[in-house]
Amino acid sequence: MNKEIRNLKQFSTSNDRFEGAHLLCPGCAHSIIVRELLNCTDDNLVIANATGCLEVCTAVYPHTSWDASWIHIGFENAATSASGAEAMYKALKRKGKLKDPDKPVKFVAFGGDGATYDIGFQFLSGAVERGHDFTYVCLDNEVYANTGGQRSSSTPIGASTTTTPAGRISYGEKKMKKDIVSIMAANGAPYVAQVSPNKWKDMVKKYQKALSIEGPAFINAMSACTTEWKFPSNETIQVSDLATDSLVFPLYEIEEGHKLTITYRPRKIIPVRDYLGAQGRFKHLFKKENEYLIEAMQKSVDAKWELLQRREEAGV
Amino acid sequence: MAEKLKLQEVEVWDGNMAFAQAMRQAQIDVVAAYPITPSTPTVHGYAKFLSDGYIDGEFVLVESEHAAMSGCVGAAAAGGRVATATSSQGFALMVEVLYQAAGMRLPIVLALVNRALASPLNVNGDHSDMYLGRDAGWIMIDAFNAQEAYDLMLMGFKIAEDLSVRLPVMINQDGFITSHTAQNVRPLQDEEAYEFIGEYQSVNPMLDFSHPVTYGAQTEEDWHFEFKARQHKALMDSKACIQEVFESFKTVTAREYNIVESYEMDDAQIAIVALGSTVESAVFAARKLREEGIKAGVVAPRLLRPFPYEAIKDALKDVKAIATLDRSSPGGALGMLYNEISAALYQGDNRPIINNYIYGLGGRDMTQENIMEIFRDIKKNADAGKLVTPLQQFSGLRGPKLSFF
Repeated sequence: MNKEIRNLKQFSTSNDRFEGAHLLCPGCAHSIIVRELLNCTDDNLVIANATGCLEVCTAVYPHTSWDASWIHIGFENAATSASGAEAMYKALKRKGKLKDPDKPVKFVAFGGDGATYDIGFQFLSGAVERGHDFTYVCLDNEVYANTGGQRSSSTPIGASTTTTPAGRISYGEKKMKKDIVSIMAANGAPYVAQVSPNKWKDMVKKYQKALSIEGPAFINAMSACTTEWKFPSNETIQVSDLATDSLVFPLYEIEEGHKLTITYRPRKIIPVRDYLGAQGRFKHLFKKENEYLIEAMQKSVDAKWELLQRREEAGV
Repeated sequence: MAEKLKLQEVEVWDGNMAFAQAMRQAQIDVVAAYPITPSTPTVHGYAKFLSDGYIDGEFVLVESEHAAMSGCVGAAAAGGRVATATSSQGFALMVEVLYQAAGMRLPIVLALVNRALASPLNVNGDHSDMYLGRDAGWIMIDAFNAQEAYDLMLMGFKIAEDLSVRLPVMINQDGFITSHTAQNVRPLQDEEAYEFIGEYQSVNPMLDFSHPVTYGAQTEEDWHFEFKARQHKALMDSKACIQEVFESFKTVTAREYNIVESYEMDDAQIAIVALGSTVESAVFAARKLREEGIKAGVVAPRLLRPFPYEAIKDALKDVKAIATLDRSSPGGALGMLYNEISAALYQGDNRPIINNYIYGLGGRDMTQENIMEIFRDIKKNADAGKLVTPLQQFSGLRGPKLSFF
């Protein structure tokens, strides 16, 4: 059952199942994204976690931050371990072997963008295609943060990473960010959405929707990474604000693979350069010879926003 | 509860059907599987039982073998009976997760129908896949024919799920040679089989929400070593349970299993140590040679992991020369069996001459003549009291003789 949430204060002080004493970097958005999901429901939870920052920072034996059933197998298979656990739940329920058969159970998988866009892509696709009743949350910090800041297929064009460093002849990452949300919608997930922790109400509403629908739901959560994006650790929410208000990271949802709804429209759309300027990973773009890239990125963000609005209007 | 199936006293099953029937009778809660030759008919058989209402567990048709074992780990951690089947490349793809399953002490049962690993691509039987998994922390048991595949599969659940063991178990049989050859199999009836295996007992299930559990935590150098040592101890200690399960199976069926099987060994002077379907051929060859007065015998480890060093030492305590037969490319070393058997005997009083024969790769036939030739070969060593043949040879290979050392 979804928890009734009145205001942020009530929400943030209500009992949750993710302990604060974890090892994530100061300012890491992962903990906000995860804690709010665990906090938005009173149902029992089985959580599968891919290898990544979240996993290595929350379950270092003999400690655990999780006051819920939690499993980590490998980098790629969080969706599959959730599938297996969900299948066992169904089997035991049918056989009448569950301890508390009437209390609802929700299956949730967390993976970073590497675990989701890249190495775990096949596993996620398979689990969604099979229609397991689970919610997959991608903690999208656009980089392999846990292994030292290498590019992933979620890394945006122009970002300097440890495997695509900006240098004398390179402006950094050359490829466009993979559109995972469209892919997952087309993959057959009945509910997909993008969320960002600065818009906590929007995020919690989408979580509750994802958990309540039957079948696979996919949430792409923007997770600002102070270490790899290179901004001060007390500016996580400000940087997230810049992302959503510049529409670099638009907030929307897609139901049944096609019905697209924009859930946040900035009162004042800010230029992409303001978002880029707040982060060290894009610093080199402000050199004279790279300025054209900022213009190109602005055009690409505008085009995407136009497309989202058209799709919303068309409702198909 | 699923509908029961009435079985004949003697059924004609191939090894895959034997696996599938044992899996049906175990009433597994979750099977996550991905098809691969030659284990596909195990999965087909299981699917048909499900379609006909003889199974009421969940069947998760995953997109790869890596996912199959990942799903099995998730399901087993959730708390119920879990199994899958695979071969060769599929097994290779699973290997990462095999370690996870063993490290988390999850009693998953894997039906492994042995097949060569590419390249070159080959769908036929050899033991390369089985050898690849030997350090993964699984109990590995070898079946030499369809009857044994059935029996050991039933026993596999009982061993894996025993509260003193709680380790994953792999039951091996030879691809095509036994997996696709119809043989007479004497099954247990459904109730009897289920009663033998017993009800699944959960240990720290994720679906018990009054006791939240963390599976697959990270350890640093402060704990990893202790975990791995304990895991090794659990494997070594599991021999006692395996022996007990073999004995209790004997009381139900009168069929006897030992962690090391010995044939014609009472007065044997030379012995072949082999695995899989080759064991029966070797026994046949030994009996033929005995008609010529050659005291030949056969020793076959039923258990590959934990390796039965003591029982091997005991079985081979009086022989003068041994041939260890490895059905896997040695990859720049002596074969696995050669190494294990040598290690077992080096500590004993009897240090026979041990040769290593590589044979049957990619499904190449191992004939009676080949085996008799090997026996005659090692008899030369036994008679000379020293090594007079090459230490490592390839048996049944075309072209010039390939031998080393």
